[in-house]
Amino acid sequence: MYVSLRDRPGSEEGAGTGSTVKRVSSTVVLLGVVSLLTDISSEMVASVLPLYLTVAVGLSPVAYGFLDGMYQGVSAFLRIAGGYAGDRGGQPKWVAVVGYGASALSRLAMLPAAGFAAITAVVTVDRLGKGLRTAPRDALIAEASDPKMLGRAFGVHRTLDTIGAALGPLVAFALLASVPGSYDSIWVVSFAVATVGVAVLVLFVPNLRNKSATARIGLRRALREVSSTRLRRPLLAAAALGLLTVGDGFLYLSLQERDDLAALYFPLLYVGTNIAYLALAVPMGRLADRVGRARVLVAGHGALLACYLLAALPAGGIGLTLGVLMLLGVFYAATDGVLPALVSRLVPAEARGSGIAAAQTVVALTRFASSVIFGLLWAVQGPSKSLLLFAGLLLFAIPLVAWLLRGIDRTEEATA
Amino acid sequence: MTNLKPRLYTLGAVLIIAVLGATGYVWNVRQDQAESLANAPQVATAGDPAALRGQPHVVFRNTAAGESYGKVAVVPLADPDGPRAFTPASCERVYATADDAVCLSAERGLVTSYKARVLDSTWQPTQELSLTGIPSRTRLSRDGTLAATTTFVFGDSYANPGQFSTRTLVTRVDGEEIGDLEKFKLVVDGKTITASDKNMWGVTFADDDKFYVTAASGGKTWLAEGSLSKRTVTTIRTDVECPSLSPDGTRIAFKKHGDLPAGQWRLAVYDLRTGKETVLDPTNNLDDQAEWLDNETVIYGLPRDSSSDVWQVPADGSGSPQVFIPDAWSPAVVR
Repeated sequence: MYVSLRDRPGSEEGAGTGSTVKRVSSTVVLLGVVSLLTDISSEMVASVLPLYLTVAVGLSPVAYGFLDGMYQGVSAFLRIAGGYAGDRGGQPKWVAVVGYGASALSRLAMLPAAGFAAITAVVTVDRLGKGLRTAPRDALIAEASDPKMLGRAFGVHRTLDTIGAALGPLVAFALLASVPGSYDSIWVVSFAVATVGVAVLVLFVPNLRNKSATARIGLRRALREVSSTRLRRPLLAAAALGLLTVGDGFLYLSLQERDDLAALYFPLLYVGTNIAYLALAVPMGRLADRVGRARVLVAGHGALLACYLLAALPAGGIGLTLGVLMLLGVFYAATDGVLPALVSRLVPAEARGSGIAAAQTVVALTRFASSVIFGLLWAVQGPSKSLLLFAGLLLFAIPLVAWLLRGIDRTEEATA
Repeated sequence: MTNLKPRLYTLGAVLIIAVLGATGYVWNVRQDQAESLANAPQVATAGDPAALRGQPHVVFRNTAAGESYGKVAVVPLADPDGPRAFTPASCERVYATADDAVCLSAERGLVTSYKARVLDSTWQPTQELSLTGIPSRTRLSRDGTLAATTTFVFGDSYANPGQFSTRTLVTRVDGEEIGDLEKFKLVVDGKTITASDKNMWGVTFADDDKFYVTAASGGKTWLAEGSLSKRTVTTIRTDVECPSLSPDGTRIAFKKHGDLPAGQWRLAVYDLRTGKETVLDPTNNLDDQAEWLDNETVIYGLPRDSSSDVWQVPADGSGSPQVFIPDAWSPAVVR
């Protein structure tokens, strides 16, 4: 097996204290703190952006929607570039620093930015930074963790990340309450928070290189690893599932179409999903470590299927709305951190960033395609029928994917 | 990684600079806001808003900085930029007739909630109408018995390009709901549109059955004529948003997108008798539902810094725009 077998810092720590419950590596917690701060910063901006653009800048919602959709492709491309750059230079930390730094600086650029084009450019830089940093960061998490508890490590990271995402809008609302209409204050505070995040990353997160990887991999080698037979089936599975994953925005819209209460609390719907997600990210990660990551990944899509069915019901009500949000949280908890945990064990350590990036890009691109397709379907036949169609296809895809991923969990164990 | 201490000190320094810098900035903004509020030139106030209703007047949202920001104000038509009388109502958008007014208001909080209220001739709320989303437009029928509201219900998230949705409701002012216009039958070129991405916004009433509205589907917008009794909306012409019917019922003032960049419109008038279209203000970007001062003049709001002004321009395209009421928004002319 060419997959690195050496002990990870996390496992050493656990063994040292003789504790039976192994702790997650401090690097993972630090990266979680970096993500927490960065997400407070970015969600502060994201939550006021619609209001800022329509009220303060005077754009119509149509223009806003256009702004929203424009950076998908570039961000996905940069994700691969980030993953590969981290592997190639052996400096995943510094690639991540560039990504986090770009997002932080983009906040300051909001101060002089006025008008549609300038704001578009600034928001694009922020999303590019996100694209760049994700894969090398996840590679660092994988590198710092005991292979047996990768699921839990990613769960811890995603929990901290989501706490930040939940806090961001609260900070923004508190600020706007104390200095009404001062969006500049939002950008400045957001920049300050992001800067502290970058400082934690630069100062405390070790630049874990692969000691086992003596030669840094070239582009051809990275491509070969990413297209290797070990990754082919997981990538294919991720693509099939991604194509059937409807964006949460559509699910929230379908909830508010049938239910006036959901419409009133529209901005809070994603908070409900986040709460379920952050409560379940660690348990789902641990479950994945115990029963198999592929199994949990597939089961997570079962929750998504149930979510579609509940959202497709003609009548609403608070119970059903909460049910949809909870199932969506279960789905994210069972997939978002579990996928990189699964993939990172299937590629050799020196190509880990590229492997994770490939999987995440496949998911991002197929989900984007799915959003476009679903948007068109919605326009023609409305949300209910479209959701039922996607549910039907997912019902067919889940066993297919389970078959595609058969034995993957065992392959993983054999390598660890 | 060696030597924890210097790194901890560095983080401490970054943390202190970040906290001090951010709080300092916000504190500074707060001081500035308090100062500019204190130094704000007081808008001249005069008259009793109820008494002013006896003569032709304009009702609008006051946007002059100060404690009356957002309040509904009234000026006599004879002296529009003179002293204004303030009503107790605060509205994001307001429209009025001689007998009543409709007010879309925001209650800011963690979840900002929005309300639509009918106010009587003394500006006291009499009826709450259902409202979902961010207030955009509102109109009353000429006799003040029908109210139309348009709100934006946002699509969320980065992953869903171009998703946005409006909700336009027509209600009797006694609270009886007539309907969500998106549920009305939409007819384009003789064909009924069944697509569910229909959006309607910006109603203007002709009488207590007939109205005009913007209809949109599949990326196109139309001027459409609707009937409340038949529950149908039939398109007349493309590229017309936020129609406003002239008092004599012969022309429509509207915002025209043409081939401008996304999010830009110009004020234009369409003559329903001749089909002639005239652009009135070719320079300013308009995002408002215009109002008619009389059969010869159109008035409309334009934002300026943190305030806005109501402008006037001749409806036949013969003159250039001038400020009609400074520091005002959402005007309604009552004769």
